[in-house]
Amino acid sequence: MKLVFEVNGEARTAGVSPWKRLLDVLRDDLRLTGTKEGCGEGECGACTVMLDGEAVNSCLVAAGQCEGRVVTTVEGLARGDVLHAVQQALLACGGAQCGICTPGIAVCAAHVVDRGLVTGDEAAARAQVRELLAGNICRCTGYQLIVDAVIAAVREVSK
Amino acid sequence: MARPSVGTSLPRVDGVAKVTGRARYLDDLDAPGAWHGATVRSKIAHGVLEAIDRDPAFDWSQVVVATAADIPGRNVIALIQDDQPALVAIGAPVMHVDEAIALVAAPTRELAFAAMRAIVPRVRPLPAIFTVEDALAKRELLYGTDNIFKQFLIRKGHADDAAFEAAIAKAAHVIEGNYYTSPQEQMYIEPQAMMAEWKGGICNIVGSMQCPYYVHKAMKAFLGVERDGVVITQSVTGGGFGGKEEYPSMLAAHVATLAKVAKRPVKMVYDRDEDIAATTKRHPAFTKHRLAVDAAGEIIAIDVDCVMDGGAYLTLSPVVLSRGVLHAAGPYRCPVTRVRGRVVATNHPPHGAFRGFGAPQTTFAYERQIQKLARLRGEDPLALRKRLALRTGDTTSTGQVLGVSVGTDEVIGAIERAAGMPPARDGLRNGTPVKRGRGVAFYFHGAGFTGSGEQYLAGKATVAAIDGGRFEVRSSSTDIGQGAITIFTQIAATALDVEPARIVVIDPKTSLVPDSGPTVASRTCMVVGGLVEKASRELKAHLAANDGVREVTTQYEPPPGIAWDDATYTGAAYPCYGWAACLVDVSVDVDTYEVHVDRCVHAVDVGKAINPVIVKGQIDGGTLQALGWAVLENVLYKDGKVINANMTNCIVPTFADAPELETMIIETPYPYGPSGAKGVGEIPMDGPAAAVANAVEEALGGVAFDALPLSPETVMKAWRS
Repeated sequence: MKLVFEVNGEARTAGVSPWKRLLDVLRDDLRLTGTKEGCGEGECGACTVMLDGEAVNSCLVAAGQCEGRVVTTVEGLARGDVLHAVQQALLACGGAQCGICTPGIAVCAAHVVDRGLVTGDEAAARAQVRELLAGNICRCTGYQLIVDAVIAAVREVSK
Repeated sequence: MARPSVGTSLPRVDGVAKVTGRARYLDDLDAPGAWHGATVRSKIAHGVLEAIDRDPAFDWSQVVVATAADIPGRNVIALIQDDQPALVAIGAPVMHVDEAIALVAAPTRELAFAAMRAIVPRVRPLPAIFTVEDALAKRELLYGTDNIFKQFLIRKGHADDAAFEAAIAKAAHVIEGNYYTSPQEQMYIEPQAMMAEWKGGICNIVGSMQCPYYVHKAMKAFLGVERDGVVITQSVTGGGFGGKEEYPSMLAAHVATLAKVAKRPVKMVYDRDEDIAATTKRHPAFTKHRLAVDAAGEIIAIDVDCVMDGGAYLTLSPVVLSRGVLHAAGPYRCPVTRVRGRVVATNHPPHGAFRGFGAPQTTFAYERQIQKLARLRGEDPLALRKRLALRTGDTTSTGQVLGVSVGTDEVIGAIERAAGMPPARDGLRNGTPVKRGRGVAFYFHGAGFTGSGEQYLAGKATVAAIDGGRFEVRSSSTDIGQGAITIFTQIAATALDVEPARIVVIDPKTSLVPDSGPTVASRTCMVVGGLVEKASRELKAHLAANDGVREVTTQYEPPPGIAWDDATYTGAAYPCYGWAACLVDVSVDVDTYEVHVDRCVHAVDVGKAINPVIVKGQIDGGTLQALGWAVLENVLYKDGKVINANMTNCIVPTFADAPELETMIIETPYPYGPSGAKGVGEIPMDGPAAAVANAVEEALGGVAFDALPLSPETVMKAWRS
């Protein structure tokens, strides 16, 4: 098929099989390699992108499902050299170690922060972050500093 | 004067690249013309390879196939012993399921996998063994004359077994226990990945790895080349935890062979299922422990017998066992100690390096024993540990007199202050009835290589003045997420008295960096960081003297007074130790038997935190790997095959599983480490699992849990019996 969709604010086309995974379309056809493959079965979340504003595992989405839709990858979070609040917080709080899960976590956390899904006091907010990001696995951090980062981004955005 | 960078939380040097997705891991690199490789593996655990059959219906003109006959040099993965082939040759033994038998490469990954499935190894099966009992009983002979890859016997305070038993006989109480710790998957999120290309007779290999010079050594033998005949480069690496210590040599051998046969670059990136099924795991271990105390509650003798399942090849098992036995008596005063360790051959895929490297296995046993002693005596578990713990001037099980940097009182004191009231036993969690309990553990971990290992390695690092007033740090230490690039930047900047922005830590590439030793054993900061600090200081002096010297290479020298006898296993096993104490509160669901860690306080003595945020991240990450190992992680084998080889079934903790981690960094400076720093990477993995088991025992009123993981099934069985 000739896939026509919007990626990170730009109209893109790709001649691909409708069965091709969105993950592979992004990585191989569009050379957007920020989106990672960790498991290929929707468990680890390293391939998380936003599809029409919802966080999805791009390894479980077929190209044929993406016609005319809007995709945001980690490459689309920053505005030029200005990092998204979530990226800035991950950097400042030490929320990235080996970095392979970081693009997926940044995308999912940006979704959570931009949609205002985290509310309430510190304890409630931290519990919400843990629930909302439970589809993204990180093996390095023990999650603590990532939760700190997302909370910091929530506070920064709501200033 | 620049503000000293050491001790500040400089944001990770590679951080922007990682949070923006610009960091390029192996599978992200442009590789024009590269073909994709795939591996044909055995489905049989033990047998003889008779033939490799190809499906005649498949179009073989589009792919290349490589077998053992195509290997350029020797068909071995050189490590400690040359017993493991890269590919099983026809007529040779198959030793485990998923052992590599043949390789294919094709222009696309899909075609490579199709070709892989069209190749069927013909294996004549032999009886296989999967338990350490069968290995010790020599039910099949897999290795040497007795299936024992390596054994150790450490004696302290007695001459022979009779004298040892006489010491035990004087005890008021002897606590006996049998402990089992399960295999564990490293589960780095970037699977194993490697690429090779031959140019002008030189093989260039780039990939995800911890130890470029391990790969280099293995490839010299495998390819039959000298030092300059093969160049190894580490790409940005998405986690290792030990899993990318020895296995990358296997992958390098495979891509190098395929690239030679295909006459073009070839890359291999494992699928998750292949990665879990075929690569190394933490050694499962069985530990018998006898703890003998007198009427006053002093330990008078400790007896440990640990048997580990090494899997089908020797790989790193002897050194894993070594670290296991050297930590097995624990950080407690004891005049008479006997520690025996054996690692045996089975037909499981080889077990190997994983954070902690044998110590978590034996730590689980001794910290369960100490808990049982506390129950027996009705003594507060933390106070008991404080009373019995090693301090400066005491001797370890190898007779090492502890000198400086013993953080016992600091870590235990930190836990005492943070503890607060223990939870009430009966309560509700999310509206469900639970039993609650508190557990503690106290442990130590030797930093750096064992015994004379560092002297033997003689690691080197270079610091050079380059243009633009900048300085280049060259070492083979890899950043695998633990922050090596950043802390080397800080150490060099501080020693040279310049801003961190003027330091460039170059990517490890064997043609450009000296051999600093492997990135393992909690040694990168303490040992290689120390070399960087020394080189930087010397370079600064040369530049001040204006003597024309623009580059300094330093080589490891042992601290004074360090002596180790490898024959008797006595003396200074490690130049120094990290010390840690952990407190956990758990709740056990009385309906589902699920164990939940509600609170985890961890105090870890790291000597000096070069970068506190990075150190905290190391401790937090190791802690959660330990908590995962305690309650939910496991690797399940059936007839030698991993049957949960995917992330759906081989689970690791998620955000929702993890408790808030209360990590405390304790600094008891080590004078021979950079700015006082010692190891931190592994110690957080050692003790939390025992703390969890101790807490569950308290929650359930004394039901002992002596096997990992504490899954709902295990808890149900133990509780009901």
